[in-house]
Amino acid sequence: MSTANWNKVGRLESIPVRGARRLCSLYFGRPVAVFRTGDDQIFALVDECPHKKGPLSEGIIAGDTVACPLHGMVIGLQDGVAVAPDEGAVKTVPVSVIEGEVYLHLPEPGAPG
Amino acid sequence: MTMERNPLMRLVVIGNGMAAMRTVEELLQRDGGALYSITVFGAEPHPNYNRIMLSCVLAGDKSFDETVINTREWYAQNGITLFSGDPVAAVDREAKTVTSQSGRVVAYDKLLIATGSRPLAPSIPGLGLPGVCAFRDINDVETMLEAARTKSRAVVIGGGLLGLEAAWGLKQRGMSVALVHLMPTLMERQLDVPAAQMLQKALDRRGISFFTSGQTESITGDGHVEGVQLGDGRYIPADLVVLAIGIRPNIDLAKAAGLQIGRGITVFDDMRTSDPAIFAVGECVEHRGQVFGLVAPLWDQAKVCASHLAGEATAAFASKALATSLKITGIDVFSAGALTAADPDDDEITLRDDARGIYKKVVLREGKLVGAVLYGDVTDGQWYLQLMRDKQDVSVWRERLVFGRAIAETGKPVGPDFAAMPDDTQICGCNGVSKGTICKAVREKNLTTLADVRAHTKASASCGQCTGQVEALLAFVTGGVKTAKKTICACTDQSHDEVRAAIVGKRLKTMAAVRAALGWKTPEGCQKCRPALNYYLLCAWPGEYVDDLRSRFVNERVHANIQKDGTYSVIPRMWGGVTTAAELRAIADVADKYAVPTVKVTGGQRIDLLGIKKDDLPSVWRDLNRAGMVSGHAYAKGLRTVKTCVGSEWCRFGTQDSTGLGIKLEKLCWGSWTPHKVKLAVSGCPRNCAEATIKDVGIVCVEGGFDIMIGGNGGIEVRVTDKLARVATEGEVLEITAAFLQMYREEAHYLERTAPWVARIGLEAIRRRVIDDRTERQALFDRFLYSQKFAQTDPWAERVAGSEAHEFAPLEEV
Ligand code: SRM
Ligand SMILES: Cc1cc2nc3c(=O)[nH]c(=O)nc-3n(C[C@H](O)[C@H](O)[C@H](O)COP(=O)(O)OP(=O)(O)OC[C@H]3O[C@@H](n4cnc5c(N)ncnc54)[C@H](O)[C@@H]3O)c2cc1C
Ligand code: SF4
Ligand code: FES
Repeated sequence: MSTANWNKVGRLESIPVRGARRLCSLYFGRPVAVFRTGDDQIFALVDECPHKKGPLSEGIIAGDTVACPLHGMVIGLQDGVAVAPDEGAVKTVPVSVIEGEVYLHLPEPGAPG
Repeated sequence: MTMERNPLMRLVVIGNGMAAMRTVEELLQRDGGALYSITVFGAEPHPNYNRIMLSCVLAGDKSFDETVINTREWYAQNGITLFSGDPVAAVDREAKTVTSQSGRVVAYDKLLIATGSRPLAPSIPGLGLPGVCAFRDINDVETMLEAARTKSRAVVIGGGLLGLEAAWGLKQRGMSVALVHLMPTLMERQLDVPAAQMLQKALDRRGISFFTSGQTESITGDGHVEGVQLGDGRYIPADLVVLAIGIRPNIDLAKAAGLQIGRGITVFDDMRTSDPAIFAVGECVEHRGQVFGLVAPLWDQAKVCASHLAGEATAAFASKALATSLKITGIDVFSAGALTAADPDDDEITLRDDARGIYKKVVLREGKLVGAVLYGDVTDGQWYLQLMRDKQDVSVWRERLVFGRAIAETGKPVGPDFAAMPDDTQICGCNGVSKGTICKAVREKNLTTLADVRAHTKASASCGQCTGQVEALLAFVTGGVKTAKKTICACTDQSHDEVRAAIVGKRLKTMAAVRAALGWKTPEGCQKCRPALNYYLLCAWPGEYVDDLRSRFVNERVHANIQKDGTYSVIPRMWGGVTTAAELRAIADVADKYAVPTVKVTGGQRIDLLGIKKDDLPSVWRDLNRAGMVSGHAYAKGLRTVKTCVGSEWCRFGTQDSTGLGIKLEKLCWGSWTPHKVKLAVSGCPRNCAEATIKDVGIVCVEGGFDIMIGGNGGIEVRVTDKLARVATEGEVLEITAAFLQMYREEAHYLERTAPWVARIGLEAIRRRVIDDRTERQALFDRFLYSQKFAQTDPWAERVAGSEAHEFAPLEEV
């Protein structure tokens, strides 16, 4: 079993529809963002574009993709993988929504990646 | 055969460069992944990148990431082990192992050496000084870019392809550049004297100074390079010296392993070295006495080598005639084969048109083409190259040959006649891709875009000079000149104009309504159409449509400009470029209080606070608001700046109060959303110190009136304004400017600046509606004022008051 925990980060409504918010805490030293799609699905990704670490949380979200604000690379929210012809991927962070509360599976500080 | 007994043999590759990885790619295509487990050692700490493109990285036309050919994921996906940043230090042919610098020992059944070449270093004093570099790898480029950022004077030694591209790149990066060349003319091995002179003249005009016939005696400096001393006494001060005098095959490892060596590693026609278990490809090899310095022959070597590694034993490498071209934007040079007549039986035919900057020469021997040098117009280069390779008898065309294919083969249409072109005609010289290969890929794989063709055939994927031809060929195969309709994006078959017309005509007032009425293919659009629809709706229904922040680019959503590190810049409005001590003090206080790393005067006559953290934005705005400052919309597809000059208030030449008029214009227009950004300027007299004639609207004051100029742009493609009208009063200036902007707001395509829009619809169409037809002008003006009623609220003040608060605070764990 991993030592990681499920952490509550707030209610679904605290994230704008077709929007995202960054988390205060880091994930193995890297920022994380929680995304909410038009149909209320929630995803979490490391908030660094595979291209030049652009903050994906600031991108335009359409369907289940987000377009990086810096140079426009489009990333799938489900798997963190860039939509062809772009290449690259970011880490996804497990999320679950229970009774309107959003939980993220964040490892404990110092847990190995 | 051994192959059957050893289903997975071990292939070790030394060198992670262009030739090596092309060979591996070719091998994988031949199912080599099932034959071999592959291990690659690379001295450089990067994945495999396109070395050719370093020139473009230096000149700022490409980022390093765009040059990466095989990403680390690619290696992983293909089961290849990559040790980058760990050069191989020794090969033990007895034990069949290689040992890397870090001590890894890996056994091989087959070894591929592709160590490329090393820059030649002359034996002169000062070579080791900091500030001296070569031009071979990304490390060198970084050294040069760093110098360009912090220093000013560069000297490039070597006037060949590399030296010239280095000089041009450094020039593009803002350095003053001198180029020292040993010979009297540039690129003497590729260009004859007239072509070289034309090239030098063109580069001279672009600001590079040349020191030809210059023998470098020493590089001088105390602790860092300070200059270059030439043998004839000339001295050139320098903060950076780039050596590009040639390359030498990198053979050290092969030599130590006891392989047969000439100038390079000796290889036979099957790319095997003197040890049958060891292959070599690329610039490190010597084949039948020849060494290599361009990629085209390496691709052939890669094919041959891969087919032998895959056990197809018939392929043989033979070198072909090669062509050189220069990757300097706007300078076209092509050269192949002989530069001049070698003996009295050879014929040279030249064409020279100095006015058009064109020079062409062909060299004929026994009725066949043996050389071509082109300057200024290189369209026929690949055709000449093919004629040379085919050793075709061209005597029938003799006197027309130099005019190019269209004229030589009279009766045939101008431009490449793809129908008549043989399938093996080479289109892409770098990658050796023929017409046949492209046609086949397009047909079989149903390719429709240039990007597809590049992905599948590699045609035009290296230096990019044949892009036009590849596009034309694609059009030819897919059914010719059918110009595909320009739709907003892939979500719809509708054009911008059709969508705009439907929004107004069908009274569509939400994005969902537009998508439903016009048959959108995606439920909620994409990052391209959403901002466009949002703008079109906002423009059509001011006061009714609710702006969708989630369909706006981050800058417009958070009212600040995102920077490359994710921080923001804040630019308050500075009306007409005029400020006060109190405003400056407030800006200074903000800079201190929030530890703003950079405070910069912008090109738009105001002050930029750069590097502000997102969480701090509302407080920064609050402080600026308190001093009476509002958002400068430096992020908006909307009114940006109104630049002014001092005008009649102070200037001895001023004819009108240009500053005052600028402020009036800015007060009238601020806050307005437009298809793309809009910039205005007012100059007090035709000396035009506010640069009004490259603005979307520029007013040039004259004695007794004002010239209204429109459609200018100082950006990517400079366009000088057209004169719309001369009017007598400030009132008319304000009304006509607003009417013009309203017409632009209502009719242009999203992300189309006024310059291309005016060019597209024509000045007359605008003049008719905003000058000649007074009622129409009034109506446009009224609509502009109406929409401004809703637009002129300071977005910063709104957010200081608490709107969109979640935007500026991160989520916390609870
Ligand atoms: C800050 C500033 C540079 C400076 O330090 O001086 C600047 C900064 C940027 N310019 Fe500019 N431009 C600035 C004046 C200009 C000017 C000069 C002027 O306005 O007189 C021009 C040429 C004039 C013109 O537009 O015709 C200019 C032509 C461009 C272009 C090319 C536009 C074109 O139509 O070709 C772009 C690219 C674009 O908009 O797509 C651009 C894009 C940008 C962007 C937005 C790049 C980006 O997408 O991030 C930069 C934003 C930096 C930031 O976050 O603050 N910037 N830019 C200037 C801001 C002026 C201001 O006070 O608001
Ligand atoms: C700036 C520039 C512009 C160019 N422009 C053009 C152009 O327009 N057209 C054209 O045709 N050609 C051009 N070239 C030439 C072209 O890039 C080369 O011909 C090509 O890269 C050679 O490929 P290669 O694999 O032989 O060598 P490389 O691409 O240099 O690869 C060799 C690799 O092996 C590595 N290596 C060396 N020793 C070891 C070791 N012991 N262990 C592990 N790794 C090792 C090196 O670090 C290097 O990464 C240009 C070159 C430069 C530098
Ligand atoms: S500020 Fe303008 S010119 Fe300068 S780097 Fe950015 S976009 Fe280019
Ligand atoms: S950082 Fe995301 S596209 Fe460049």
